[in-house]
Amino acid sequence: MLRQFGTNEFLFILTAARWTVLLSLIAFAGGAIGGLIVALSRVSSLKALSLTAGGFIQVFQGTPLLMQLFLVFFGATTLGFDTNPWIAAAVALTLNASAFLGEIWRGCIQAVPKGQWEAAGALGLHYPATMRYIILPQAFKIALPPTVGFLVQLIKATSLAAIIGFTEVTRAGQIINNATFRPFVVFGIVAAIYFILCWPLSHLSMRLERRFAAATTR
Amino acid sequence: MTYTFRFGPVLEAYRDLLAGAWLTLQLSASAMLLGLVVAIACAWAKTSGPKPLRWVVDCYIEIIRNTPFLVQIFFIFFGLPAAGLRLSPNAAALLAMVINVGAYATEIIRAGIESIHKGQVEAGLALGLKPLQVFRYIVLKPALRTVYPALTSQFILLMLTSSVVSAISADDLTSMANNIQSLTFTSFEVYLVVTLMYLAMSLAFSAVFSAIHRLAFAYPDRR
Repeated sequence: MLRQFGTNEFLFILTAARWTVLLSLIAFAGGAIGGLIVALSRVSSLKALSLTAGGFIQVFQGTPLLMQLFLVFFGATTLGFDTNPWIAAAVALTLNASAFLGEIWRGCIQAVPKGQWEAAGALGLHYPATMRYIILPQAFKIALPPTVGFLVQLIKATSLAAIIGFTEVTRAGQIINNATFRPFVVFGIVAAIYFILCWPLSHLSMRLERRFAAATTR
Repeated sequence: MTYTFRFGPVLEAYRDLLAGAWLTLQLSASAMLLGLVVAIACAWAKTSGPKPLRWVVDCYIEIIRNTPFLVQIFFIFFGLPAAGLRLSPNAAALLAMVINVGAYATEIIRAGIESIHKGQVEAGLALGLKPLQVFRYIVLKPALRTVYPALTSQFILLMLTSSVVSAISADDLTSMANNIQSLTFTSFEVYLVVTLMYLAMSLAFSAVFSAIHRLAFAYPDRR
């Protein structure tokens, strides 16, 4: 017998959204740390470091996120760890976000005019001080709109964790749909939850971009 | 570590993997072509269509770009049969991919059209070119040159995203990998091989696309 779609079913999907949000936040925090390391390695003058970071980016941008999830999920078992979809999803999304944020931020660091480097050099600042006080603060401004835009990608990407069995909002929708068979209602609600999470960020990103463009055109 | 890698069963199934890769390519290429048709129509509607149509297109783009592809597939694959339209997994996958890529490509093409300065068209007309010639030589080529890199990376992104259609058991490369791993219990090995296949495909496409870019859209125009 099919279950009716009622308040309980709706609340089940809605409360699962907290796992989507939490997974996105973890992946974003991890990806921010990883991304900074990748971006700094990528612009480093050490050839080996720069090439390694480039390879890392290439692999993660050139393969499906779903495969990355599977490899982390099944790879953990292979290495003898207990596989837990929650941890596998967090690790895979963090690695993926590191690669994408690394590539975005590399572009932002390189977009800071050369003269700034030269001026810092002329002032006698060494590399870490130049990065910390001159380059990164300016790169941060350039990086803000695309980073917020990437956050939207990341929130949508967490839906793939459903496939390895992590009960976030998409998986919750699948479970309820299997019980009630009301696909339009169920996946309509699931889609609406993602939309409510993503749309304000998409618009924020666009507004930041416009404001930044207005500030830099003279 | 006690695990021994077994690549034998994976390599024995190479025919299935190649068939899956071929379907992934077919799906991606057809979705891209149909998606471009959708995108050109929507870009026209957004730049010069009537107001209500613009609003509809805006809604379509915002909804698609702010929801995950997986949810879009589920909506189509499980939703349409409930509405009386039964689709095979492959057909549902193609439909979802067209709808998805259409929204992203619309924005790319619109940007390309808007990048052509009005003065260029006026200059072309003033030189006595016919409107079709103006479109062919003055609007289309520079617009394509502008959006070509974005469209090609969208294609590669589409191909990688298409692995998600395995969630409804289409016959793509990832689904083949799922079948092989459930028969042979060599999950890590299968997914490693398949990941490398995806990597090879995306590297090959990006090499081919940039070669075409150098040859066909070299600037200044050599012809």
